[in-house]
Amino acid sequence: MLFDSEDPRKMRFEAPTSIDDAVALLAGEGGISRVLAGGTDVLVQLRSGMVEPDLVVDLKRIPGMFDIADEDGGWRIGAAVPAIQMKEHSALAAAWPGVVEAANLIGSTQVHNRATLAGNLCNGSPAADSVPAMIAADAVVRLHGPNGTRDVPVGDIPTGPGKTSLAQGEIVGSVYLPGRPGGSGDAYLRFIPRSEMDIAVVGAGVSLNMDGDTVTSARVALGAVAPTVRLVAEAAAALEGRTIDQAADDLAAAASAACSPIDDKRGTVEFRTRVAGVLAVRAARIAADRAKG
Amino acid sequence: MSKIHVTTSVNGDEAEFLAEPEETLLDVLRDHLHLTGAKEGCGTGDCGACTVNLDGRVVCSCLVLAAEAQGREIKTIEGMANGEKLHPLQTKFLEHAALQCGICTPGILVAAKDLLERNADPTETEIRFWLAGNLCRCTGYDKIVRAVQDAAAEMRGA
Repeated sequence: MLFDSEDPRKMRFEAPTSIDDAVALLAGEGGISRVLAGGTDVLVQLRSGMVEPDLVVDLKRIPGMFDIADEDGGWRIGAAVPAIQMKEHSALAAAWPGVVEAANLIGSTQVHNRATLAGNLCNGSPAADSVPAMIAADAVVRLHGPNGTRDVPVGDIPTGPGKTSLAQGEIVGSVYLPGRPGGSGDAYLRFIPRSEMDIAVVGAGVSLNMDGDTVTSARVALGAVAPTVRLVAEAAAALEGRTIDQAADDLAAAASAACSPIDDKRGTVEFRTRVAGVLAVRAARIAADRAKG
Repeated sequence: MSKIHVTTSVNGDEAEFLAEPEETLLDVLRDHLHLTGAKEGCGTGDCGACTVNLDGRVVCSCLVLAAEAQGREIKTIEGMANGEKLHPLQTKFLEHAALQCGICTPGILVAAKDLLERNADPTETEIRFWLAGNLCRCTGYDKIVRAVQDAAAEMRGA
């Protein structure tokens, strides 16, 4: 790009029609590149001058990117599937209401119509609403890269604010949500100081398997309380083998103990730490109610 | 890089333009196609003044690259009235004085039209949440909500 005769900083836009072509474009780019799905973060970065990419690769012309496909009892969700499309998919929304609701908390109607799970993950925000829900759901992303394809748990993707473990040329092609046995449920709750259109001060995702009123296994993930979304094993352990009422105090304590938040204009360390415990318990109650049907 | 040639459909008519790679759909609608109904308020997807319908869903055109529009169907506020005949939402906005400065109005009308096409009888709560991404600094929203409800009632009766 240094030798571009018109403007050395000018961005290139490509809309390949295969994932291999997309990978090749990204792998071959020596400068800054961005993958474009819903664009609700990438365009903001672009226009604010936060990033001046040499290359933008739009995934939306690649077959399958808008598909929600049944696979081994679960769902494979293409990287360009907007939040609204998941909400409209009745089987997916019934199986993973927490994940679907989390994605549809992000921004406005206009944003739900564009924003994707894959994009929310790759943007790397510690406050990304869908990420705690996906980690609680034990979701797995399929990465396509120059060395082939690999499946990676969602929790292994973020490495810090705005940073991911993706290698050069790697693309999240899809997110896989596993099938749900009977007696299971999930939920995601966030705290914001208004009713809509804000960034999580704290987010809590909980997924449970239940036998009657007793939790048999649990996954609890917290957002906006650490540099990355955090899976909290101690919070899951507090739930397992007990009812929600029995577990509530220990769950709240474990969730709060897992926090290492920042102070900022949206919340103090003390507030975030306390609210993480409260939201974990509330989300667990909703997940349990859903598990019991 | 040279400009990108894009062919698309705007309000049912084929439209062609040459876009810079970093130009947004909003830039092209306003500056190339001279459809200045959609406004740039924030440029970050927060205010909804640039709302258009892209392939059947409302989006912030400030967050869409113009090149993405290749082969897509775009509907803007300019296509809402049928010639001189206003859409019921437009009529009701005038009757209820649901606008003052008017900057947000095109985006709100496009978003509200999509709502009523999906839900002929939305509750007040549903209207308020649907329009949460369309900011209005003049009206306090109440007149907007009433106008949408009244338009919905008229359209159901029609």
